[in-house]
Amino acid sequence: MTQTAHCKSLLESLSDYVDGTLNEDLCVELQRHISACQNCSIVVDTLRKTIYLYHATTAEPANVPLDVRERLFHSLKLEAYLQH
Amino acid sequence: MINKTTPEFSLEALKSGEPNEFARFVDTFSGPIYRMALKMLGDGQDAEDVLQNTFLNAFKHIHSFEERSSLSTWLYRIAANEALMLIRKRHPETTLTDTNLEDAEGEDYSPLQFVDWCCLPEDELLSVEARRHLDRAIQRLPEKLRIVFILRDLEGLSIEETGQALDLSQTAVKTRLLRARLNLREQLSSYYGELTHDRRDKK
Repeated sequence: MTQTAHCKSLLESLSDYVDGTLNEDLCVELQRHISACQNCSIVVDTLRKTIYLYHATTAEPANVPLDVRERLFHSLKLEAYLQH
Repeated sequence: MINKTTPEFSLEALKSGEPNEFARFVDTFSGPIYRMALKMLGDGQDAEDVLQNTFLNAFKHIHSFEERSSLSTWLYRIAANEALMLIRKRHPETTLTDTNLEDAEGEDYSPLQFVDWCCLPEDELLSVEARRHLDRAIQRLPEKLRIVFILRDLEGLSIEETGQALDLSQTAVKTRLLRARLNLREQLSSYYGELTHDRRDKK
């Protein structure tokens, strides 16, 4: 198999690999390939970082702006419970 | 992300329409649902519409909730439907998505950019401008990939829960998730790649 064909065949496994859910055999194969293929190594690192950055942006608690919350409670006829 | 310490709710009280319990339910889940809608639609007013419709529908249909999924997954399911419906209503011209998606799935999505931007410092990777770029990149995903990425990677649902929320098999969730992640990686590589070059030039 040529190098590029090998890269493509491993692409399908990348999500499972970065999530740590790839089966052991494929994991070993992928790691061996990455250590010899600079492009794939960059793709794995930057893919991991991409997911990490999005996780970081949602690490803060999700809050609803006060006015949005107020209108939501009104639309649900729950005005009486706004103080909670 | 709806965290692990999410309070328990009395399903009985919710089903009998007890307003106090429902208000508590709304306050627990409205944050994540609003954020999901905001990321999905990129517009505050649209996100608010989805938020209200989600809880109105939850109110209306809670009596038929059968606990086949968790309460939060059930709510994400309603919200995802509301968001996708709103997108279709707002942009009828882009609703050939079923065919578009099949095309997209058959497409070659091999990586094209091989710049290593991982070493950029955290304050540049997460600057105000970079965060704006991260949001814009999500908006550019086809919506059926976008919703999978948002539920799985932003809201932290499992593959199984994402499948339950979207009526998709776990294989379909994984396929779409991989395409979404690779697409975002390409977009971020263009943006951060340039920053990396700028830094090198300065040295």
